[in-house]
Amino acid sequence: MEEAKGEEVTLFGFWSSPFVHRVIWALNIKKIKYKYVEEDLCDKSALLLEHNPVYKKVPVLVYNGIAIADSLIIVEFIEETWKENSIMPQDPYEKAVARFWATAAGDGLWQFFITEGKEREEALTSVINNFELLEKELIGKNFFGGDRIGYLDISVGWISYGVPIFEEITEFKIITEQKFPLLHAWMEAFSNSEFVKDTLPPREKLSERYRNVWEAIMQKKN
Amino acid sequence: MAEKEVKLFGNWASTFTRRVEWALKLKGIEYEFVNEDIPYNKSEELLRLNPVTKKIPVLVHNGKPLAESLVILEYIDDTWTEGYSIMPKDPYDRAQARFWAKFADDKCISAMSGVSTSLGEAQQKMLQEAREAFQTLEQALGSKQYFGGDQIGYLDLAIGLFAFWMPILEEIVNVSVVDDENAPLLKEWFARILDVDMIKTSLPHRDKMYELSKQRREQFFSGQISRLN
Repeated sequence: MEEAKGEEVTLFGFWSSPFVHRVIWALNIKKIKYKYVEEDLCDKSALLLEHNPVYKKVPVLVYNGIAIADSLIIVEFIEETWKENSIMPQDPYEKAVARFWATAAGDGLWQFFITEGKEREEALTSVINNFELLEKELIGKNFFGGDRIGYLDISVGWISYGVPIFEEITEFKIITEQKFPLLHAWMEAFSNSEFVKDTLPPREKLSERYRNVWEAIMQKKN
Repeated sequence: MAEKEVKLFGNWASTFTRRVEWALKLKGIEYEFVNEDIPYNKSEELLRLNPVTKKIPVLVHNGKPLAESLVILEYIDDTWTEGYSIMPKDPYDRAQARFWAKFADDKCISAMSGVSTSLGEAQQKMLQEAREAFQTLEQALGSKQYFGGDQIGYLDLAIGLFAFWMPILEEIVNVSVVDDENAPLLKEWFARILDVDMIKTSLPHRDKMYELSKQRREQFFSGQISRLN
């Protein structure tokens, strides 16, 4: 990516992080040129630690020398700083609902992934409950943002690859076309969107990463 | 009887509820308050309005419900645009305010919860974490009067109740977290924020808060409850 003149945007990230992906998608939709720095999470760079001393995590966006951390906060900063190609709903209520779902949509999914037995059942109930409500948000729309991808699509976009990977590893299907037709269609539309298509690592590489993490967690438990 | 346009489901002792009440008061918005008996006795109406997290506070405006206190704060500012301005205008300042509010909820509250529900060596460790968290939070204040600058803003509303319950909890647990040595600027802000007219006249009853905090801690240690909140 060529560097923009007069504006310097740098994104510190890690290839498999869903939080980093959110920022990449927002930058793409807003057509912002940026420099990407891949971090080794086991050996974080001095620059990263300088820019995010509080959490020491990715993503961090550095814009004209100032640093912003936390993926959803970065996405809102991007929306507010670059006025074109808006991703937030205009209506205050719709905006608030999008912000609510940005964090709530994933509730229970990680628990479902890393637990077993009764704990997993409880997590699954919570996940299905949320997905049923999320499905309703898609009625009459291609994306949560309407005709185009918006803030909520970006925020929950990781579900489009994360859930299939969780399903593959746990051998349990959650989002089927029968049970969640709109969510199922959304996952495909989102993945194939021009702003998302070439941003993700190969599925096998992502799957392997998640499987390694899962096995490490499961081993620790037993 | 005409239903009030704005209804707030919350709890008198909750930080998350109080921040919403203060925002409504700052904007001069009239609202009906419904106190929920949390965590074990929530009303059917609350569960219907927030089937996702089932938590308070929930704001209902013209029949439409919203949950998540920080989301509600921004909604109030976005909707009632006349009158007091809660959020900063500059995108970077907004990002900072949001960042620190989230930090306060993620780190400070959970650290204090840890301090109150542990003993001995484990408690010492949690205490160190809590002291570090509040010291870090102080960075957001710096030399300003309030987090919002010369006037209170989003972050002051978000964590203002800390100024009220922190000293109470420190007394009950017999620890010192926000003190002259660890976070002197924050300590000064504690006094300042509690002196703001709107806030001064809208605080829980201190004895009631003391009793509740003491009771919850005792219930936790006797195994009656699994968490403090």
